[in-house]
Amino acid sequence: MIKPVILWTDMLIFLLTAVVVMFIFYARSKPHIRAPWQRVFTGKVASASVVVLLAFVLVGLLDSLHFRLPLASNGDNDEIHYAGEVMSALDTLVGPLRTQVEKTYSAPFAAHLFARETIELADGSQIRDYPRLLYGARSLGDAVDGKTRDILLRSLLAFAEMLLASALILLLIAYWLARRHERPVRVLIQDILQDKLTIPWRTVLFMLSLLLLLLLLAINLAGAYHVLGTDKVGQDVFYLTLKSIRTGLVIGTLTTLIMLPFAIFMGIVAGYARGWIDDVVQYIYTTLNSIPGVLLIAAAILMLQVFIANHSDSFETTVERADIRLLFLCIILGITSWTGLCRLLRGESLKLREAEYIQAAVSFGVAHRKIITRHILPNVMHVVLITVVLDFSGLVLAEAVLSYVGVGVDPTMNSWGNMINGARLEMAREPVVWWSLLAAFLFMFILVLAANLFSDAVRDAFDPRTRDR
Amino acid sequence: MTQALLKLDNLGVRLGHGKGAIRPVDGVSLEIHKGETYSLLGESGCGKSMTALSILRLLPQPAGQITQGHVYLDGEDLTLLPESDMRRIRGRRISMIFQEPMTSLNPVLTVGDQIGEVLQQHHAMKGRAAQDRVLELLDAVGIPDTKRRYREYPHQLSGGMKQRVMISIALAGEPDLLIADEPTTALDVTIQAQVLELLQKLQQDTGMAILLITHDLGIVAGMADRVAVMYAGQLVEEASRDRFFGSASHPYSRKLFESLPDVHKREHALDTIPGTVPALNRDFDGCRFEDRCDVAWDYCRSHVPGWNSSADGQHARCHRLDESIPAPRSAVTAKQVETISSSHESRGDHLLRVSDLKVHFPIHKGVFKRIAGYVYAVDGVSLAIPQGCTQALVGESGCGKTTVGKAILQLLKPTDGSVQFEDIELTKLKGEALRKKRSDFQFIFQDPFSSMNPRMMVGDIVEEGMIAQGIGKTRQQRRARVDELFEQVGLSPEQTQRYPHEFSGGQRQRICIARTLAVDPRLVICDEPTSALDVSVQAQILNLLKELQNTLGLSYLFITHNLSVVSYLADRVAVMYLGRIVEEGPVADVLERPLHPYTEALLSAVPVIDTASKREIIRLEGDIPSPATPPAGCHFHPRCPRAMDACQDSYPPETASGDHTVRCFLHQ
Repeated sequence: MIKPVILWTDMLIFLLTAVVVMFIFYARSKPHIRAPWQRVFTGKVASASVVVLLAFVLVGLLDSLHFRLPLASNGDNDEIHYAGEVMSALDTLVGPLRTQVEKTYSAPFAAHLFARETIELADGSQIRDYPRLLYGARSLGDAVDGKTRDILLRSLLAFAEMLLASALILLLIAYWLARRHERPVRVLIQDILQDKLTIPWRTVLFMLSLLLLLLLLAINLAGAYHVLGTDKVGQDVFYLTLKSIRTGLVIGTLTTLIMLPFAIFMGIVAGYARGWIDDVVQYIYTTLNSIPGVLLIAAAILMLQVFIANHSDSFETTVERADIRLLFLCIILGITSWTGLCRLLRGESLKLREAEYIQAAVSFGVAHRKIITRHILPNVMHVVLITVVLDFSGLVLAEAVLSYVGVGVDPTMNSWGNMINGARLEMAREPVVWWSLLAAFLFMFILVLAANLFSDAVRDAFDPRTRDR
Repeated sequence: MTQALLKLDNLGVRLGHGKGAIRPVDGVSLEIHKGETYSLLGESGCGKSMTALSILRLLPQPAGQITQGHVYLDGEDLTLLPESDMRRIRGRRISMIFQEPMTSLNPVLTVGDQIGEVLQQHHAMKGRAAQDRVLELLDAVGIPDTKRRYREYPHQLSGGMKQRVMISIALAGEPDLLIADEPTTALDVTIQAQVLELLQKLQQDTGMAILLITHDLGIVAGMADRVAVMYAGQLVEEASRDRFFGSASHPYSRKLFESLPDVHKREHALDTIPGTVPALNRDFDGCRFEDRCDVAWDYCRSHVPGWNSSADGQHARCHRLDESIPAPRSAVTAKQVETISSSHESRGDHLLRVSDLKVHFPIHKGVFKRIAGYVYAVDGVSLAIPQGCTQALVGESGCGKTTVGKAILQLLKPTDGSVQFEDIELTKLKGEALRKKRSDFQFIFQDPFSSMNPRMMVGDIVEEGMIAQGIGKTRQQRRARVDELFEQVGLSPEQTQRYPHEFSGGQRQRICIARTLAVDPRLVICDEPTSALDVSVQAQILNLLKELQNTLGLSYLFITHNLSVVSYLADRVAVMYLGRIVEEGPVADVLERPLHPYTEALLSAVPVIDTASKREIIRLEGDIPSPATPPAGCHFHPRCPRAMDACQDSYPPETASGDHTVRCFLHQ
């Protein structure tokens, strides 16, 4: 039996997922919420970025299902001991990537280590050469010359599989749409391929195919090669970047989740109540805003480190310890970043409280609590949404910067910031070890770009100025 | 006849693409001659402004396009000119002034810079010469103290001043044609009278032509030489002013006249135009007005009417003018005039008694928000409204009339004074007690577009007040009541499941009325409930309000600046100036025999349709002073044409003659 481990961040992530799913079902029944979202998904760029974001989210969610494997019992008692190492669903899926650890650096697709070493031959003589990798290009044995051919063949195979899978997906989508619109499947396949539907399914399909191709390439190649090389201690860089996705997503989403209640409550109350309440809230966020954020974060993280060191027995595994630090980072980032949204919401509700429909509600004797929840909150939600989506990419980048400075996530935790921090020292080396940096950069760039494009589309769709009256 | 200055030939405009594209202008042909005032009249959404914008090729981009027809200025086709040549036309040959003077000036440039910009562009004038010319222009539009104004920013000017500056910018290029798009809609009547007079004077001096776009028949009657009526993207009638006001031939034009409220129609319901303007994204097989017309017959539905002419250059797009088409005479039946009683006997007991109400808003200054002064928005107002009567409160914007309404309802905390509803002192009520009492007095807002939460269904909006007041025990009961209310205000119960944006302005105002009625109020304060609506829709709402008063015995406090509505609806009227009531009395008395000079001026400034009775407009100088620093003595004396020495010293006491009271030294 495996033992599930539920980390704090896991809990919050699944809570957030549940909230999002619930919102989707709620929004489907409300035409005024559904309409702008439909506008979001009619854009090609937005639809493509949603596909990319969903792929990231999927990896992140898989990586959030944590458990511990049982150790082989020695038979004399029934008590099961569990391994100290916490695994995730992603780890089991990628299988060999996690365990195939080399000695040290190797370049992407290499068959040998990156640095020369003294090798003892079978006859006892010693030579200085690049040692053969333990796992990289293992299937080729010593026939390293056939590497290019092998890579090409595997890529071709992946490509063929991709075509097959894409066709299958096209059929599935067409079948589903055909049932919804009650039209023949053949017509809908044509419509999709000619991009005649409101949702740009052809773009979605194209992005899906591209992602599938990457996935299949990874499946076909990553087992046999280190596609993005290995790091200083020989871990596969591709595996590390995949593991970093969860960290990035947690920082980007949980931070907002934590700050939202503060920002919404304080902002609306300040704007609606005015008077001394407004003064207090304004005073709080002005003060908070004038403290340098990085210093505050550094202080908080150092305090937490001391706390963890003093209470080391309350954490069973290193993963749990790193997780608490991650959560704390989210909280402290949230505390320093809610002020912007709060200020926006305060302004918005100051404006709204003078709106005639609020005055009308007051003149009907509607209670303040109801006015806030029924009239003000729904009318500021578009501001909240736009801010949340825009903040996401900023927070992902902030994590990288903070980890680089050394006040970010735990050094044992996989994150893009830590990868970049680790690669920093090797940048001066000749020849340069470039792959860690590139891999982290590439993944972060794609995630942030997709998030930014998506937030642009969201902003356009919810902007009252572009909204049809 | 000489060549026209501006000639539109079958002009057509399209907005948007594909199926949803609308054609706000669909085949408009007209001619404007040098030195004449041509008035384009119509309700909102009929394409007036689009016509004006397409003349200057300023249609909203990229959606708007001229799809057909030509615009000739002195024989030159403007639709064919390249954009760079159009810049030579705009501001130089044709200038435009817009409706909203608050937003059509750049807030970060001085008045002088903004006028000078035009001079530099079109006359290459700079430096000293330009400055002199700007001062000359400011002088021409009647701005006093031009040297100081030259260096001021738009926010330092009042609304009327800004519109004058806009006019001087328009004049700077010495245009042949001035397009004025609702130039006075945003202004008060006394200011409107000033601006209209200015336009007339400038036209006499410069000989330019004016294309005046408006919805106000009164302004047309006072200004225009020729009138064209627009409906659903087309001209439906064109005639000289006298001919138009004497015998309008299109049914739509006639309906417009009949739906105007005035004192002679008090005893019966106003004539309304049923239905709404048709959507302009479809093709028309017949007359566009057919479904709202009460003299239409089958033929109108299937045949597009031609541009038929009758005597004296009067044209109308109606089959009834075409003698070759046999029209069924029977269609013109004698109209059933619905009588609605309007005289309400005061039953002695007053429902609401307001005495010496004051609302002062503090002005905060400095770091510590020290109170530096007060805005005396309402400064001692006393009113009494008997059961089942309508009390009107009139005055220009900024005189505090809306503040009075809100203070009575305790939406604003009064600074001083008492508001007695029956025998309960409302100013002393707090929290829950006040909340429970709120069902007795309700408010109808000016703008039906912003007075409903856009994210709630209209049924829920109407139900909200009932829930808050605990009316109706179960949801079924409340729903049944909502359905009933919808029928009462002339909407169908099926419409409760829709959102506010799916309704037109008039329908929204009906929903607001239904919402008000849901809590069974006894007093309803109506704050300009019809000023955002078109004339024909206004008539529907006024009829509804009157009918509800008669069936439910409601009392109204009717806040408005529209005196014709007052004369139609109200029993008593109070005239407010700068936070105080200057005259109060029965409506016939006050409007027929005004005592206060301000009331006289206000009445004379309202544009009237009756062209035969040319009255002398009493011109008021300047603008309403700021309520933060009201003038000493009688607040009105700086603008009063009949001010005496005594007026500067103290505020005149109340003088009563019968039940007509006035505060003026002339009537001591």
